[in-house]
Order: sequence, then C-alpha cells, then structure tokens
Amino acid sequence: MSEDATLSHSAEHASEPHTHGHHHPFLQHHFEDMGQQHEASTLGMWFFVAQEILFFGGIFCAYFIYREMYPEAWKAGSHHQNWQIGAANTIVLIGSSLTMALAVWGAQQAKRKFTTLMLILTLVLGGIFVGVKGYEYAEHIHEGLFPGSMFTFVQQDAPHLTPGVHLFMTFYFVMTGLHALHMIIGAGLLLWFIKRTWRGDFGPEYYSPVEIMGLYWHFVDIVWIFLFPLLYLV
Amino acid sequence: MQDHENYSGHTAPHHAAPLGMYFAVFAALMVLTVITVWVSRIDLGAMNTAVAMAIAIVKATVVILWFMHVIHSPRMTWIVVISSFLWLAVMFVFFFSDYLTRGWNIY
Repeated sequence: MSEDATLSHSAEHASEPHTHGHHHPFLQHHFEDMGQQHEASTLGMWFFVAQEILFFGGIFCAYFIYREMYPEAWKAGSHHQNWQIGAANTIVLIGSSLTMALAVWGAQQAKRKFTTLMLILTLVLGGIFVGVKGYEYAEHIHEGLFPGSMFTFVQQDAPHLTPGVHLFMTFYFVMTGLHALHMIIGAGLLLWFIKRTWRGDFGPEYYSPVEIMGLYWHFVDIVWIFLFPLLYLV
Repeated sequence: MQDHENYSGHTAPHHAAPLGMYFAVFAALMVLTVITVWVSRIDLGAMNTAVAMAIAIVKATVVILWFMHVIHSPRMTWIVVISSFLWLAVMFVFFFSDYLTRGWNIY
C-alpha cells in the first residue's frame, strides 16, 4: 500500500515541469513552488483580515453615531480612562509589532534562535498589554463602571449624563474586550509558533506561517491604534 | 509595488527588507503616538477627532505597507487590501449620510 502511494507520488512528481529536482517538505502538492504557495497563503490571510476590518468597522461606525448623539457623555466617559496608562500600553503594543516584524525577518534568514527570541518577546509584550488591560478593567469595575446591573456609577457634576456614560462604557468594554480576545488568541498562536520555530520549521524558502502570524498581530495593533484616541483622548 | 520575481518560476518567496527599516517604522509610529497625545490636549473643537483619526490612518498605513509587507506584495494583495477599506468607506458613508444629517431630531 505505502509503496504504491510512494510510487504514484513520485510518478506524478516527475511529470511536473516546474520541479527542479527539489521538493521542499512543506510544499503542498497543489502548488507549483514555494513562491506560489507563499502568495496564496498571504492572500488568503488578507481575505481574513479584510473581513476583520469590516467586523471591527461596524462597531467603530456605531461608536461614531452614538458619539454624535451624546458628545458630552462621551467626553465625560473618556475622562474615566487613564490616558497615561493607555499611552504606555500603546507603546508596549507597537513594540510587540516591532518584535513580531523582526521575527518574520529572522525566519526569512533562518535565524532560528533570533526568531524564537523575538516571538517570545512579542508574547511577553502582548502579555503585559493584556495584564495592564485587566488592571484597568478591575479599576472600572471597582468604580461601578461595568455596564449592566453592575453599573452603579453616577456622574456627580452632571447626573443627566450618567446614561450616556453607561453607553460609552458599554462601547469601551465591547471594543477593548474584542480587541483583548484577539490578543489572547494571538498569544496562543505565538506559543505554537515558538515551538515550531525552535524545532527549525522555518527558513528562507518557508516562512509563510510566521508572515501570516505577523499579519494577524499587526492587524490587532492597528485596531488599537484607532481605539486609543477614540476611548482615552475624547 | 509589485515583485515579479516573487511569482511562479522561482522557488523561494524570499524578500527580506533591511533590518533598519523596521526600527525606522517603529520610530515613526512612536513619534506619531506622541503627536496624537499632544494634539488631543489642544482644543481644536470638532477638528480634534478628525486630526486624531487622520494620524491613526497614517499610522495604520505605515504598519500595513512596511510591517505587513504590502509594499512588496503582488498586485492581487493590493486589490484585497484596498477593496476592504473601500467597502469600509462605503459602510461609513451610507451610515453617516443618514444619522449625521438628522438635524430635525431631538439630539
């Protein structure tokens, strides 16, 4: 059985005009070469990112509509955010994008240890970001700013703004929560990629998975680039 | 913009940019973050949000072109990237042309 499979595989292989007597172990049989496979996988990831852009875009759209309706409440709600923490976290997240980009660079040059280190740094920086977010959440919950039945906060200087602040905080938790969820999924993926990189899967001919991991991570970074001024600096 | 060598005929997708480029991009993003915070502390009225969003769009473009390597991607990737933002713009324009023009409403 297995001999048959090997035979038919090599026969099929010999008839292919584009194989130069060289077969990369990670080349899927339906692609002609590693370059074509790389383009197909990055393009596929971009289709995913495109739907993510529209997914977050819908929430941003709703944010702007309600902000136009309740501008004063939005300002008041944003003042409950600590912009220094937000700015520091922005630096941490953009830093993690840098280390992620450096990991892709390292994978392209088959720098196994460097790439692993950069992926670990990305994971650490991402972990710091989510940890800081958790601290901020705890503070908000403590102040009674968590939406729903836990919302006990009253805007003392302008009580009529309280329902609007409640709405702002709902947007805050939905937007940053979905963002943090993406970060946590990304952290899980990073763990897998650290293992694969250390194992020596990647090199100049095959780094598409690291590149795609990077596309995801940078996209999550871009979402935060918009969230920071919209939630902390109104 | 397009790299024909990347396409079929060559086995490796290799396209490593110089390392310094990534640090330059990071520095640019840091400068733009500082500008975002600084501008938000100046009262420009309704223009504050517009300026903040303009800076964020510049930052996102920098990330997409260089960190996400779109600048060296084939034309097909450009089409997907640009059209995704095009559809986003369509959604924004139709929603805002309704909600932001309801001057007769109570709010």
